[in-house]
Amino acid sequence: MSATHVDTHAVDSSKRTWIIASTCAGAVGAAAVAVPFASTFQPSERAKAAGAAVEVDLADIKPGEKKTVEWRGKPVWVVRRTAEQLAALTGLNGALADPDSKRKPSELTPEYARNEGRSIKPEFFVAVGICTHLGCSPSDKFQLGAQPSLPDDWKGGFFCPCHGSTFDMAGRVFKNKPAPDNLEIPPHMYLSDSKLLIGEDKTA
Amino acid sequence: MAEMKEISPNAPAGARLLNWVDNRFPLSQLYNDHLGQYYAPKNLNFFYVFGALSILVLAIQIITGIFLVMHYKPDAALAFGSVEYIMRDVPWGWLIRYMHSTGASAFFIVVYMHMFRGLIYGSYRKPRELVWVFGCAIFLCLMAEAFMGYLLPWGQMSYWGAQVIVNLFAAVPFVGPDLALLIRGDYVVGDATLNRFFAFHVIAVPLVLLGLVAAHIIALHEVGSNNPDGVEIKATKGADGNPLDGIPFHPYYTVHDIFAASMFFMVFTAIIFFAPELGGYFLEYNNFIPADPLKTPLHIAPVWYFTPYYSMLRAITDEMMLVLIACIWGGALVAVFRGKLAVLFKIMILGAAVVVTAMMLSTDAKFWGVVVMGGAVVILFFLPWLDYSAVKSIRYRPSWHLYVYAIFVVNFIVLSYLGIQPPSAIGERISQVGTLYYFGFFLLMPWWSSMGDPKPVPSRVNFAPH
Repeated sequence: MSATHVDTHAVDSSKRTWIIASTCAGAVGAAAVAVPFASTFQPSERAKAAGAAVEVDLADIKPGEKKTVEWRGKPVWVVRRTAEQLAALTGLNGALADPDSKRKPSELTPEYARNEGRSIKPEFFVAVGICTHLGCSPSDKFQLGAQPSLPDDWKGGFFCPCHGSTFDMAGRVFKNKPAPDNLEIPPHMYLSDSKLLIGEDKTA
Repeated sequence: MAEMKEISPNAPAGARLLNWVDNRFPLSQLYNDHLGQYYAPKNLNFFYVFGALSILVLAIQIITGIFLVMHYKPDAALAFGSVEYIMRDVPWGWLIRYMHSTGASAFFIVVYMHMFRGLIYGSYRKPRELVWVFGCAIFLCLMAEAFMGYLLPWGQMSYWGAQVIVNLFAAVPFVGPDLALLIRGDYVVGDATLNRFFAFHVIAVPLVLLGLVAAHIIALHEVGSNNPDGVEIKATKGADGNPLDGIPFHPYYTVHDIFAASMFFMVFTAIIFFAPELGGYFLEYNNFIPADPLKTPLHIAPVWYFTPYYSMLRAITDEMMLVLIACIWGGALVAVFRGKLAVLFKIMILGAAVVVTAMMLSTDAKFWGVVVMGGAVVILFFLPWLDYSAVKSIRYRPSWHLYVYAIFVVNFIVLSYLGIQPPSAIGERISQVGTLYYFGFFLLMPWWSSMGDPKPVPSRVNFAPH
């Protein structure tokens, strides 16, 4: 064995390499363990399964009235529009942000609702009652004319109390309001003339 | 390791016990470093009691919180009822609950006063930058703590407030909706959200908060307290090595703070006993209605301490975006034409302005509202590096600086007031001007703080014995 001089301050590069390698291996392990912890934040299987479709009886909704049902924890409105309310929908286009429901159509407006009334049957309007701004539930403003927070020529619709967004009787958002999009139309289909199913449609 | 210190066997039992402990744990040293021999400037005034008061409120919140958890049920079906049960059926439960709910508002009052003190006396300046940064982190934790705690009573305001704030995260481009889903743990705010907020509120955030408080105090005691004159007392030391303008924290400031604590308790208990809801500002009336996911209350507003930021969020409309873009281009063009920078940097600045403008035009104003709201808090962290004034304290700054600070304070109060009010056209305009002033105050600080002639700073603190 040769007598070598040991410099206590010199860096042992092979030790240094192994320290770096084992630190990296440890970091990979820690990151891998973090995945299951972070995953617990996701919706549980039970929450995912809770999205069952809801049946609504239309017979007891009078013209000009609204029924609210719960679907996936959200309020879904079924409004039976009067002929005047339907007539008021035409001629609003200039004041609306997206009159033809062209924005995010796959998320907000199913194919069968891409019309002026945003509905299958013009009489019944079905929409998720959650404002597209920050998720408040807008309130009904079916009364016509001037009233607080609304324009003087108000033709009926919905008003979000949180940040003042306004929607017409087809859930179309007015321009220059905080909400960027029209109200979401959920997938829905008619089981019979007086039975509506919310949460499923023929395409699904 | 220090060597074992011997003590006379004839010493009193207490002294021998202390010596035994000191040889194993630095008890006397800790006491001296942080209380007995911690020298604080002798000219500290009224504004300096709020640090100690915030520790007091933290203690109140932790103790009352522990007792509330013994009766509260973090379950969407049971939470509202369990809070009412605490209020009506648990002996003295109402007192503990009101102490906790009033404590939340009291925490923000003392912390806002504490931050104001730091702001006007330059307590964030070198060498106290980290004291300030830890303090800002504490403020951020406190906001998270207050927000998540507010969901727990599961009233209408709890529910819809959480719904709005969680949906703010959904405004982030690309990852937003998934991020909001991860926070809620469900497609709407529900039982999963309540449970996780409970976990964060009672254990995760308080642990971080306590760690940050320790870091804040350790950093402070390393550099020493600032004072209303902004004079470094360590620069003038006596023969014993202690600052001539310093006095030991104990007994001088412990007495000072105990007096402040007794004043604080007078107000605190008066609110608890006579006006625990404080006219709907400390506990909102709508929160006495159980959460209803199908119906939003007619007027929703955050609790008062969040309203300045909420006003700024609401101020960002499509029109305001154009103003912000104009501000960005104004800044970029000044940098290009007036700045003494390399050509490469100038091209980079112009490029950045183009990219930011494109991003602002292509993303919803909603997202930028969120950015502004977050930025209003984050910008506080950078304060130590924005202030270029030659002096620390407002006392020696050019007189007109006082007005800049005064308008800042008034502006902050106006923004908080507007955040409580329902949206209105005039309120929106005022909050837009207020938002510009708030950000202008910080972002233009490198320029305005170095303008004007500061008054001469004395070498010793101003102090009149009383």
